Amino acid sequence: MTQPKIRIRGLKKAFGEKKVLDGIDLDVMPGTGMVVIGGSGSGKSVLIKSIIGLVTPDSGVIEIDGEDVLKASRGRAHELRAQIGMLFQNGALFDSLPVWENVTFGLLAQNKIRRSAARDKAIEVLAQVGLADNVAALSPSELSGGMQKRVALARAIASEPAIMFFDEPTTGLDPIMGAVIDELIVDCVKRLGSTSVAITHDMASAQRIGDRAAMLYEGRVCWTGAAEELLTSTDPVVDQFTHGRAHGPIKMALRR
Amino acid sequence: MKFPLNMVPALGALVLGTVEFVGELGIFAISGVSHVFRPPYYPRLIWRSLMEIGFYSLPVVALTALFTGMVLALQSYTGFSRFNAESAIASIVVLSVTRELGPVLAGLMVSGRAGAAMAAELGTMRVTDQIDALSTLSTNPMKYLVAPRLLAGVIALPLLVGIADILGVMGGFLVSTEKLGFTPGTYLISTFSHLKVEDVVSGLIKAAVFGFIISLMGCFNGYRSKGGAQGVGAATTSAVVTASILILALDYILTQVLFVK
Repeated sequence: MTQPKIRIRGLKKAFGEKKVLDGIDLDVMPGTGMVVIGGSGSGKSVLIKSIIGLVTPDSGVIEIDGEDVLKASRGRAHELRAQIGMLFQNGALFDSLPVWENVTFGLLAQNKIRRSAARDKAIEVLAQVGLADNVAALSPSELSGGMQKRVALARAIASEPAIMFFDEPTTGLDPIMGAVIDELIVDCVKRLGSTSVAITHDMASAQRIGDRAAMLYEGRVCWTGAAEELLTSTDPVVDQFTHGRAHGPIKMALRR
Repeated sequence: MKFPLNMVPALGALVLGTVEFVGELGIFAISGVSHVFRPPYYPRLIWRSLMEIGFYSLPVVALTALFTGMVLALQSYTGFSRFNAESAIASIVVLSVTRELGPVLAGLMVSGRAGAAMAAELGTMRVTDQIDALSTLSTNPMKYLVAPRLLAGVIALPLLVGIADILGVMGGFLVSTEKLGFTPGTYLISTFSHLKVEDVVSGLIKAAVFGFIISLMGCFNGYRSKGGAQGVGAATTSAVVTASILILALDYILTQVLFVK
């Protein structure tokens, strides 16, 4: 049986009295795209941040290629997480650096390329996300929202990561640009053979970029299935969320 | 009189909050300083921070020092002329500027300019996930963002204060010779005859400490800011206020350590 690329068991995280993650179990198989959906505050971002090491969980297991990153030494955990690329919700491009330095930042930090070769490498990667070479010299503030997302995607794929995370990749974009970004994501993930995990509220996007889907509710994974089944699921929580119904178990939970 | 028991929770929260703040600040400072000495180093960022803290603060520090020296000469004259002690003006100006006013005023001005800018920049990076992005790109944010600024603060402030000392004395010299009737030669002889190396050095030591405090408070408040634009604004205000208070408090402590026998 194939070993999951990412295996999560019993992951818990609370902020004060608030239990955000209350025993998450999730497997992401190699080369597949997992989409995580859930209401605002359901812990999707905390889950991703726990995997990439930005948040320290209270308990649980996070394995990458069978190795528990929470028990690994700091150096080994750093090595395991070095194979992760991340596209942040708002791009999170570095304002103080031009586009080319943003794109090659990780490669330069890991000494994978020399500074003199970085600009050419950036232009090569920018081309993969459909951006012309003259964009390389611009500052992030000179770019439109869609272009910033593309640059952020270029930065995420520049080091050809084995695992990629996408935090609401289409948020703030018009439907056409959202579809374009989704296509680029699918294209990049396929070309690199990466495993991907995406958070989204956009059901169309979820079905475009995901093979599998998981729904978070009350700090747990309440449903998993094929991404294409999201809109036809009979699970009442999934059904209410994916169809945006005002009435149902999720609202009941909010009233409690 | 009964003790107001309802104040106990508030007092407890205040004490706990203060202890938590001091603990966080201490850990942050130790972590930041330790990264100054551990590779990788970022010379480009250190240079950039030196320019931000030192070079771009030069105009405001220079003007402050110049006018302070001028005012000091005038005010000293007003007082000392009543006791026929006008000859002490030069030594009062040079000692006040090098030992006290140069480092303190430069520290306060740089805190308002560069410390605020640091907090705003790091705060914006925090609320827009740029600091998290650094971590995902194999870069330690403490090493990349904080260590270069701490080092630059310690280097830049003494350089600024050295220039401020010269301009402060020059301000006193200009007013004394042009307005108060001193001869240039007499004024300069009086200035340098009372000035000792330790006066200047102790002022520069104060400046290095103040530079560290300004960078530390700018980075600390910016790094832990949250809540969007309002949070960044609060972090910026807090950086300037805490750095200014610490500068004034440490000034007294350092003065006692360095000057009182």
